[in-house]
Amino acid sequence: MSACTRDEWMTVAAARQLRNDSVCFVGIGLPSAACNLARLTHAPEIVLIYESGTIGTRPDVLPLSIGDGELAETATCVVPLPEIFSFYLQAGRVDVGFLGAAQIDRFGNLNSTVIGPYELPSTRLPGAGGAAEIALHARQVFVMLRATPRSFVERLDFRSSAGYLEGHGARARAGIPGGGPRAVITDVGMLAPHPESEELQLVALFEGASVDEARAAIGWPLQVADRIDTIAPPTARELDTLRALNARTREAHARPVHIPL
Amino acid sequence: MSCQHLQLAEAIELFVHDGASIALEGFTHLIPFAAGHEIIRQRKRDLHLIRMTPDLVYDQLIGMGCARSLSFSWGGNPGVGSLHRLRDAVEHGWPHPLELNEHSHAGMAAAFTAGASRLPFGVLRGYIGTDLPAHNPNIRRIACPFTGESLAAVPALNPDVTILHAQRADRAGNVAIDGIVGAAREAALAAKTLIVTVEEIVDVLPPAMNAIVLPHWVVSAVVPCRGGAYPSYAQGHYARDNAFYRRWDTIARDRDGFLAWMKRHVLDTPDHHAFLASLQTEAAA
Repeated sequence: MSACTRDEWMTVAAARQLRNDSVCFVGIGLPSAACNLARLTHAPEIVLIYESGTIGTRPDVLPLSIGDGELAETATCVVPLPEIFSFYLQAGRVDVGFLGAAQIDRFGNLNSTVIGPYELPSTRLPGAGGAAEIALHARQVFVMLRATPRSFVERLDFRSSAGYLEGHGARARAGIPGGGPRAVITDVGMLAPHPESEELQLVALFEGASVDEARAAIGWPLQVADRIDTIAPPTARELDTLRALNARTREAHARPVHIPL
Repeated sequence: MSCQHLQLAEAIELFVHDGASIALEGFTHLIPFAAGHEIIRQRKRDLHLIRMTPDLVYDQLIGMGCARSLSFSWGGNPGVGSLHRLRDAVEHGWPHPLELNEHSHAGMAAAFTAGASRLPFGVLRGYIGTDLPAHNPNIRRIACPFTGESLAAVPALNPDVTILHAQRADRAGNVAIDGIVGAAREAALAAKTLIVTVEEIVDVLPPAMNAIVLPHWVVSAVVPCRGGAYPSYAQGHYARDNAFYRRWDTIARDRDGFLAWMKRHVLDTPDHHAFLASLQTEAAA
């Protein structure tokens, strides 16, 4: 299966990180596609939670927002938002947080707030939303982000959510309960923290991608693990399932809605 | 306080004053768009807007110059991108500068919960390792008096007025909501005044034990308003118009296009029914 895009490959690689017995707090966008692909392929019993309070949701099409009606209709239960953050996330009942961001640094800290100074930003981004506490409390975090020097930066403009802070155990010393970013899935390959320094290093590449390509796409001097794995291309089932999901989603989101006159 | 049955324009005129803090809540679901538009029609000014996710309704209020400040935790067009009017206010001070009181979702939830309980502040294990506390003096740390653990504290949010949209109320003013509820209950009970617009007013509420019911004596006014959450949605009544949310990206991208759209569909329509009809006419053209 070679005729797939890097975005599709990235989504498939991210989906493979999830297990059938995971309880996963899903961010919108790329993470949502990856989490639902996992559910529709190798992890049918995965519990997906969206911050709108929908628990165990099984949408047939990807939601545009984190609160589409589809998420509520297909959920095991729907709980108030303060409950999802207090009784589930803060209480340590979430295994995996799956996040995106605008910027990431070498220790997996994320920015989704501003480009430029906070008081007078050149670009005001949406902000931390649920991510600030998902990043603290989920037992492990996966991050999905297309690799460019603008997004993988030497220095964040703003720290919206914590990765490993300054590395070398700083996260644990700060008293953060969750384990931090386990992997960063990009459209070139995958980064994972070094066991001691906690600096993200290249651990896997897609077939056809090179270490040089990865280095060019990362805005800091990228460390490379002793062993680089090759990420297996999508299987026919993975790719067919993803494409069908995306096609259903496109169709659903373009469908005219009856104006409730 | 007893619940009044009012028309939307009366309720906004009676309860929403210039300079007030107002929370139009509803997490993606049941966003009170009709109420937001009526606030714009009545040209309210200097408002402190409170909402976890400002969404299109606050993009419109901000762009139309109704807002002085914004308390929020995620300010985007979900799944689409930016709120261009919010960005223009923050990046360029248009139509005037907007003061931000920025939180995370967990922090806003704690602040509403404290407000509903009439406690002075909410407590959470939050904000660690983020730059938010450095830019928001309302995020502080306290020591647990029992263990000494350092925790985040945020002041309670007690809006002057909270406005919700719900599927139904009965004649006494008891309010039922089903589907995604977000922080609607907390925002409602945190407020000094609560206005609820509803799809329908019924003799007897359906016996849904766990659907949220706000009892009549915490509701200041119930307002019948069919379609009042459109272009967001009311579970069981109509779906979220995702295509409209995508179109908003183009409508709100530049100032003139935004102002022309708001004039045509909001300022030049007398009420929400006429607003919806104007959109239908446009769609049919």
